[in-house]
Amino acid sequence: MFTLLNIAQPDTQQEAYRLLTAKKSNVILGGCAWLRLGSQTIHTGVDLSKLGLNFIKEYDTYFEIGAMTSLRDIETSVALNRWFSGILAKSVQSIIGVQFRNVATVGASVFARYGFSDFLTALLALDTEIELYQGGRLTLAAFVDMPRNKDLLVKVIIHKTSRTAAYLALRNSQSDFPVLTVAVSRLDGAWKIAVGARPTRAKLAAQAAVLLAGAGRDVPPDCLRQAAELAAEELPFGANMRASAAYRRLLCQTLVQRGLTEVTACR
Amino acid sequence: MQIELYINHQQVLLTVQPDDFLVDTLRKQGLFSVRRGCDTACCGLCTVWLDGRPTLACSTLSFRAQGRHITTIEGLRHEAEGFARFMAAEGADQCGYCSPGFILTVLAMKRELANPGEADIIHYLTGNLCRCTGYQGQLRAVKKYLGVAECNM
Repeated sequence: MFTLLNIAQPDTQQEAYRLLTAKKSNVILGGCAWLRLGSQTIHTGVDLSKLGLNFIKEYDTYFEIGAMTSLRDIETSVALNRWFSGILAKSVQSIIGVQFRNVATVGASVFARYGFSDFLTALLALDTEIELYQGGRLTLAAFVDMPRNKDLLVKVIIHKTSRTAAYLALRNSQSDFPVLTVAVSRLDGAWKIAVGARPTRAKLAAQAAVLLAGAGRDVPPDCLRQAAELAAEELPFGANMRASAAYRRLLCQTLVQRGLTEVTACR
Repeated sequence: MQIELYINHQQVLLTVQPDDFLVDTLRKQGLFSVRRGCDTACCGLCTVWLDGRPTLACSTLSFRAQGRHITTIEGLRHEAEGFARFMAAEGADQCGYCSPGFILTVLAMKRELANPGEADIIHYLTGNLCRCTGYQGQLRAVKKYLGVAECNM
């Protein structure tokens, strides 16, 4: 059973960070959708509702998404989904249901770096940065590999590049957690291949991307297959109640190949 | 802590604990249409509207309702009865335990989506589980209620 002793609703990021770090068992409250499944005792839950972090802002060269924006807002944002072949909506639309996505927040999905996060996988395949209150601005790829520490995720920044992208995931049943997630994108010759739910944090398959970079605009089907094989080889996979590591490896190869094929078909 | 909110358009003042969830707070107010089904945030039975948006009451801490509008099926009686007749006509009401959450989601969908096709309807209602049967009867009821034309599917 989870216990929350106090609530704080700071008016500034500075105060939120001070409260967060004042005690070991103080945490930031995101959407709180998973809280009840755990058994932790929280001394003070820091609620960010008063910081004005619920927004999707479009600028000439980038988007900014506030930490308290819901996954449903991502799904229904017309501006955001005009870009990147609409993969951000695709990545969140199978997460449980509309009611859940109205609760779950961008900040919690990204900051917690959940292995099963569909959204994190999609963001990783784009040109994404995050802004932390204490840690400042850094690329999402760098953040994903960092150990956990106490900080406050303020916003996610996505650069508007003309990346074409594809998102694929396999679920044992609709709206369940994914068995594997794959996001693939291309900007001219530069590819990104992100694989999540391995079942740990999403990760980029760097060698496979390098292989594709040398293949030019019209990548031969053989090369796509090779890159998919390489992605499955270079990434580590694990087992959990949903699938074995061996199954995930096979699935990775198939989904990456489908993703690459989809992106090469985009004109 | 005290929170001031609107439940079905009535202003109320409630005392809640920091870790109270809305599902329990509302049931304590006698709103027994708000059900606890799965305990894992995946069945949709506890759905209420928070400022008009369908929301899981089992995953929303009560303090976050401060100053906001909660709508349960008790606040949409006439409209809910209208849809319930379509459910009954299709034999889709069964045990009825999931009906309040389901109906609230259908009514929210009706407001949010313009001319939904079958795939849009299924997508919007995916977060609502019914353990009695499959979902064909419910889908027929929703389509008839929304007046979805055959060519739109």
